[in-house]
Amino acid sequence: MTITPVTIAFAIMAIFALGGGLGVVANRNLVHAALFLVLSLFGIAGLFVLLEAPFLAAVQVLVYVGAISVLITITIMVTRRIMGITETINRQWPVAAIAAALTLVTLGFVILSQFSGQMPVADVPPDTIARMGAAFASHQGYMLPFEVASVLLLAALIGAIVVARD
Amino acid sequence: MADVFTTIYDWLTGLLAGWGASQLVIDLVMGLLGSIITVVYLLTLALVIIWVERKFIGRVQDRIGPNRVGPWGIFQNIADVVKLLFKEIIIPKGADLIPFMLAPAITVASVFLIWAAIPYARTLIGTDVNIGVLYLVAVSSLGVMAILMAGWSSNNKYALLGAFRAVAMLVSYEVPMILALLVPVILSGTLRVNGIVEGQGVWYVFSMPLAALIFYIAQVAEVGRSPFDVLEAESEIVAGFHTEYSGMAFAMFYLAEFLHAFTISAMTATLFFGGWRGPFAQQYPTLGIVYFFIKTFLLYMLNVWGRATLPRLRIDQIMSFCWKFLTPLALVLLVLSTLVDKVASILLEDVVPNYYAAGSLVEMLPRSAVLLSVNLLVGLLAVVWIARQGRKERQRLAALTSPAPIERQAAR
Repeated sequence: MTITPVTIAFAIMAIFALGGGLGVVANRNLVHAALFLVLSLFGIAGLFVLLEAPFLAAVQVLVYVGAISVLITITIMVTRRIMGITETINRQWPVAAIAAALTLVTLGFVILSQFSGQMPVADVPPDTIARMGAAFASHQGYMLPFEVASVLLLAALIGAIVVARD
Repeated sequence: MADVFTTIYDWLTGLLAGWGASQLVIDLVMGLLGSIITVVYLLTLALVIIWVERKFIGRVQDRIGPNRVGPWGIFQNIADVVKLLFKEIIIPKGADLIPFMLAPAITVASVFLIWAAIPYARTLIGTDVNIGVLYLVAVSSLGVMAILMAGWSSNNKYALLGAFRAVAMLVSYEVPMILALLVPVILSGTLRVNGIVEGQGVWYVFSMPLAALIFYIAQVAEVGRSPFDVLEAESEIVAGFHTEYSGMAFAMFYLAEFLHAFTISAMTATLFFGGWRGPFAQQYPTLGIVYFFIKTFLLYMLNVWGRATLPRLRIDQIMSFCWKFLTPLALVLLVLSTLVDKVASILLEDVVPNYYAAGSLVEMLPRSAVLLSVNLLVGLLAVVWIARQGRKERQRLAALTSPAPIERQAAR
């Protein structure tokens, strides 16, 4: 396997994603865990860039790092009960370990059997953004799911305002 | 001399190739060089713009401004930087060390990252990503997390409250900012920043002035400058989320704020004022950078002017201004302009064959005229609505505080 800059970039992004994930679950301090989550999401955004999907990378940073992480962190900071929890190991860890091992075996089996060897890399057209825009607006494309998602977001927004008023 | 940037770039790559460097090393070196030059010139520029601002605000307030250190006080900022370098970074007891130190760095980084996608001339841009505008917005939202980190790790509940207020304000003002940002994207049909600049035969500020105004106001709120500077409010809440910072860490926040103000002027100039466009900028790309900086500086002086003269708004006034006025205005403007645009393109199909043309001044005039009239109409309606709201508010306050009429007391 030749070491190209893409490989190095992939290694760095993978370390961010996996290391951040490990930091989230292994950290005693909840705010530190939230910050590690931000690191992990950054790594995933980097992986999107390496997969030639810059739009998804930008949206990942904008939505996840800019909004969702902020929400999670503020929630942690204003909930005093959470800061008082001191036990770090869940008492049901044997069941969790068995479930995780089963998932690992299943996923590994599927991946290794389907994706062994070299996969032909699909061609990424240069004007992905224009195509996506056209797909969002066409009847044969994704116009209906787009509108349904908008209505769902509107319902969530109104629900949040109603809940916050009391 | 027409295209100084391409000449230098070709000479450098030729030099490196002559030394036997592979294409990969050449790309790496040119990328690093570009980043280093950008960071260095921005940091040097910060000294100049802070001096200009202090002198300007001094004159507006009928005083001279700094004039002791060097002729006209031009070395004042260097003295400030040296002082801040030598000051101790006081770390409060119980503070979280790593987020405490990372927060100023991330704030400054989020400002520098914006400059990677802004075109200085037709041939000079850091990286012309085809998601340009979305990249600018995503990178601007990185600073929000840094503010939370700063407020929390200071181990100071007032800094934390200041951080919450700051985050609430920043996140709220992203909504009208993005809605107004949609306007150049719609008018030019591309997310690439250089594409938006090239599509401005008629500057978008002349065809959609209200959108430019909404964008500028929302961006000023994003930075936290007057009249929205309740984030730091030097005379009221000590310093908000960066209360516990001193020395170089505070200098980073200070630098980030001024640079961000300059950056938003650059963004507004690029997206609404034509960026590097001007007479002969297409044939001689070197002129483009001159026009770009003139426009950016003029918009920055507008920002400084606002800071010198406008009083500070309260946080509840800021939030209600955003959610009850700016966002509905931006939505109404967007929907109405696109509707009228589409209707006009259908009605005027015979008169104006090339309605959606972009790039040249004359071709874009009909569409600009239509959009300008829609903007003026919506602006007029908004002003009338605000006037009526203001009158109702004044009447309500007068009714609350007015003394009882004399007839009622006499009749009892």
